Amino acid sequence: MGSLEEAIEGLKKFLSNKDDVAVAQIEKLITGLQETDPNEFDPVKRILEGFQHFKINKFDKHPELYEKLAEGQWPKFLVFACSDSRVCPSHILNFQPGEAFMVRNIANMVPAFDKLKYSGVGAAIEYAVSVLEVQNILVIGHSRCGGIKRLMTHPEDNSAPFDFIDEWVKIGLPAKVKVQAEFGDLPLEDQCKHCEKESVKLSLCHLETYPYVQMGLANKKLRLMGGYYDFVHGKFELLEFEPRFHHLFST
Amino acid sequence: MATLSPTSFTKNFNSSVDFPITSFQTFAIFGPKLKTEQTHFRLSTSFKTGSCLELKAMKEPPGLTQKLDKNRLDGLTESENGCDLFQDLKHRFLRFKKHKFEENLGHFQNLAEGQAPKFMIIACADSRVCPSVILGFQPGEAFMVRNVANLVPPFESGPSETNAALEFAVNSLKVENILVIGHSRCGGIRALMSMQDEVDSSSFIRSWVIVGKNARLNTKSAASHLGFDQQCRHCEKESVDHSLLNLLTYPWIEQKVAKGELSVHGGYYDFVDCTFEKWTLDYKGSNLGKNSRLPVKNRFYWC
Repeated sequence: MGSLEEAIEGLKKFLSNKDDVAVAQIEKLITGLQETDPNEFDPVKRILEGFQHFKINKFDKHPELYEKLAEGQWPKFLVFACSDSRVCPSHILNFQPGEAFMVRNIANMVPAFDKLKYSGVGAAIEYAVSVLEVQNILVIGHSRCGGIKRLMTHPEDNSAPFDFIDEWVKIGLPAKVKVQAEFGDLPLEDQCKHCEKESVKLSLCHLETYPYVQMGLANKKLRLMGGYYDFVHGKFELLEFEPRFHHLFST
Repeated sequence: MATLSPTSFTKNFNSSVDFPITSFQTFAIFGPKLKTEQTHFRLSTSFKTGSCLELKAMKEPPGLTQKLDKNRLDGLTESENGCDLFQDLKHRFLRFKKHKFEENLGHFQNLAEGQAPKFMIIACADSRVCPSVILGFQPGEAFMVRNVANLVPPFESGPSETNAALEFAVNSLKVENILVIGHSRCGGIRALMSMQDEVDSSSFIRSWVIVGKNARLNTKSAASHLGFDQQCRHCEKESVDHSLLNLLTYPWIEQKVAKGELSVHGGYYDFVDCTFEKWTLDYKGSNLGKNSRLPVKNRFYWC
């Protein structure tokens, strides 16, 4: 029985309820579900089916895990990934509930520490590193990123500015400059691919500017990594960020 | 200049490193200038197998069969050994590639050409509430923003990561639905409810969660007779409603909702009882008076 039919059968059991108002509402609901055109996308049906599948196949099958998670979370990872619908790390790296504190934004960017701006990202880093004490921060870039493409093409293409997108992707400007200097003779698609990777490296550098990250690195309790998911070819690259200082001089 | 002490996480993998070590000199960054000298990246595409963890069978999510420590939930990696961690990530990806990517190659090839998600989701960054898991969103279905306490700042607050994503999802991808999902025992909402009245500017968490201040005000006036935990729960749902109202402060969102081209929904995931509530904003362009209750329809509760 499909989940829509299951839902309708489940609701029918309540029709013996003596409360007329409740019965009327339930009948209306059943009618609405029955009238659903199978070819028309129904967002409510989609959410219900998804949740039921999770509850039956995951939550109810691992009660010990979910009981523990209800008390708290101890993720080992803070993950930055793009908001792109194709790149959720829960799929590509199979992160299970409790494993990864996950921030998702356009082009998986981490701005440099700034007390006045980007408090959303700052709050996530502060919470993950200082409160949850994650041990790893992983920034994942990906192929054909719309945000990186915008960074690389605007304003040179004379397109109309966006209210907010352009201000956000500007964070990646140093990566754009570097890529144009090194690979400016390549086609745009290749330059974008280089920038997708360079922007991950830039974000890792920016992470280092947060005091709690600095402390974690200095105490060797924190590891920074960059990833790149290429969904065109089905590949994943991982690199470790090693901040290292060389003594330059002393007087 | 930031004070950084020398540190190194070098692990010698003896792997075949096909890419040259990349180093770069100074970086001028927004905000405090930081000179990063001789920073090295090592790009590795293969790893030593050595004494790394055995793979668990595919059917169970890895790590779940391990004995639960009373204080910490042991994840996949049993040690801080970098080799284990990298091996683990590598094998996770390879399993995804084999069991999802290659088995649905046509679908993934189509997705590689472009995405057309029907949903934009705003959810909390909490590790327990990923919408891909709890609502089963598959690759291509949902454009997703995750931040602390699933907050949506209003239009007048200026550019932020959340509204940049909103702009992209609504105006470029033209999603048909926005769903804001709150959840139980949210640390961000708890921080909001615990705040003293003055904003502590040294804390990013406080600077961010203050976006939810109206939800806190409403909760304090409606639920002050309840215990603190219950007040937090009330605020978790109140905050979703306020985020829905904040969505309407964006002109391009308000217009589409009024025309019926875009639906805005609120959701609440309770991971203590495993229940999900969902409601839809019932906005027709002019029925939002000041201080009026949020007009909703199609409220469902699934357990």
